[in-house]
Amino acid sequence: MFDFSVVTHWVDQLLRSFLPEGWAILTEFILIGLCLLVGYAVIALVLIYVERKVCAFFQCRLGPNRVGPYGLIQSVADMIKMLTKELITINHVDKFLFNLAPYIVIIASVIAFSCLPFAKGLEIIDFNVGAFFVMAVSSMGIVGILLAGWSSNNKYSLIGAMRSGAQMISYELSIGLSILTIIVFTDTMQLSQIVANQADGWFIFKGHIPAFIAFIIYLIAGTAETNRGPFDLPEADSELTAGYHTEYSGMHFGFFYLAEYLNMFIVAGMATTLFLGGWMPLHIGGWNGFNAIMDAIPSIIWFFGKTGGLIFIIMWFKWTFPRLRIDQLLTLEWKYLLPINLVNMFLMVIVVVFDLHF
Amino acid sequence: MNFTLLVVVLITAIALVAIALGVARLVSPRSYNGQKGEAYECGIPTRGKSWMQFKVGYYLFAILFLMFDVETVYLFPWAVIVKETGVDGLYCILFFMIVLILGLAYAWKKGALEWK
Repeated sequence: MFDFSVVTHWVDQLLRSFLPEGWAILTEFILIGLCLLVGYAVIALVLIYVERKVCAFFQCRLGPNRVGPYGLIQSVADMIKMLTKELITINHVDKFLFNLAPYIVIIASVIAFSCLPFAKGLEIIDFNVGAFFVMAVSSMGIVGILLAGWSSNNKYSLIGAMRSGAQMISYELSIGLSILTIIVFTDTMQLSQIVANQADGWFIFKGHIPAFIAFIIYLIAGTAETNRGPFDLPEADSELTAGYHTEYSGMHFGFFYLAEYLNMFIVAGMATTLFLGGWMPLHIGGWNGFNAIMDAIPSIIWFFGKTGGLIFIIMWFKWTFPRLRIDQLLTLEWKYLLPINLVNMFLMVIVVVFDLHF
Repeated sequence: MNFTLLVVVLITAIALVAIALGVARLVSPRSYNGQKGEAYECGIPTRGKSWMQFKVGYYLFAILFLMFDVETVYLFPWAVIVKETGVDGLYCILFFMIVLILGLAYAWKKGALEWK
C-alpha cells in the first residue's frame, strides 16, 4: 500500500538540499498551510455541489445543470459570487463580536479537519490525545455560533443561537461517550494508532454489539452536532428566517456555510476513523486473494470512499425526516441516547475486562 | 512538533478568513443607504430591544451538560488503561458512575429534562 510519508520525506530532502535548515522548515510549513487550505476549500465546494445534486434527486429534480458539464462548476461560481458581494454590517450590532464569530467557527473546523488521518502517512497533527482533542476543538464552534446569534441584534438570531447551543452541548455528550466506548476498546487516543489497531478488522466488526450501537449513536449525535438534517432547528428557515446567520452577508455568511459542510465532513471522517477502520482496507480472514485485491486500492480512496458513504447517509437523513421540535430533540438526547450510551459503554468495559472479544 | 504544527494550522485558519474577507472588501461594491443599516430579522422593522431575556430552560440544560461533560473528561484517562486496571478499576469507576447516574435520575424525577 502506498505510503504518503515517502512523498513528504522526498520533499523534505529536496528542500534541505538547497536551503538552510530554518528556511526549509519554514517552506514546509507554508506548503502544509497551502495544502490544508486547498484541501479544505475543494472538499467544501465538492460537498456543496453533491448536497445540491443529492437533494435534487431526492425531490425528482435535476439540480444544478447549467454551469459546466452536469453543473459541476456551479459551487465554484457561487463562491466567486459570494466573494464579490458587499459585506453589510447593520447599525446596532456588537461590531467586535459580529466580526469575531466567523473566525472562531472557521478556526474550530480547520483545526479539527487537520487532525484527521486521511491516508497512510498523510496526517498533519497527530496528538497522543487525538480523539479527545478533536472533540474539544470541534465543540469550540458552538462559541462562534452563540456569538454570531448574540451580536446580531436580532431576536430570531438569538433564538437560533440559543437553540443551537442547547442542541450542540447536549449531543456533545453522546459523541464523547461513543468515542469513549471505542477508546476503552483500543487503549489509545492517538488517531493514527486507532487506525493501526484496525488492521485485522474494523472496530464495528471487532467490537461486537457495543461498537455497533456506539456507531449508530455517534451518527445520530454527529448529525445533530452539525445542525443538519432533522436537527436543523437553529436555522429552521420556516420559523427563524436563517437562524444565527440571518444578519450576515457576502463572505461572512460564506464562512458559516463552509464550516457547516466541513463539520459534516469532520463528523463523517471521525466516524470512519473510529469505527470503519480509517484508511484500512476491508480484510476478511482467510480470503487471501480478496485481501490482496483490497490492498491494491490506495488508502486515500478507502478513507474518502467510507467518508463519502457516511456523508451520503447524513444527507439522506436531511432530505427524508421532518424537523424535530426542541422538546423532542432534548428528550431524544437526555432520555434515550444518554442512558443507552452509558449502559453501552459499560457493556464494552465488561467485554474488554473479561476478555470476551476476539 | 505537533504543537508547532498546531500553531501553523491556527495561522492558516486565521489567514483564510482574513484574506478572503480582505479580497471581498476590495472587490465588492459599496453603497450607502439609511435603510440598509436596519436589522433584517423577518422583513418588518424590529420592535423593542433585541438583547432581551430568554428562556431559563437553556441554562438548565447547560448546567446538566457541565455535570456530564466533566464526567466524560474524568473517564478519558481511565478508558486508556482499562485493561491494566482490570476488574478493580471497573468497580471503582462503577461507584463513580453510580453517583452521577443518581444525579441524572434526580434531575429526571424533578422534571428538569422536560421542556416547559
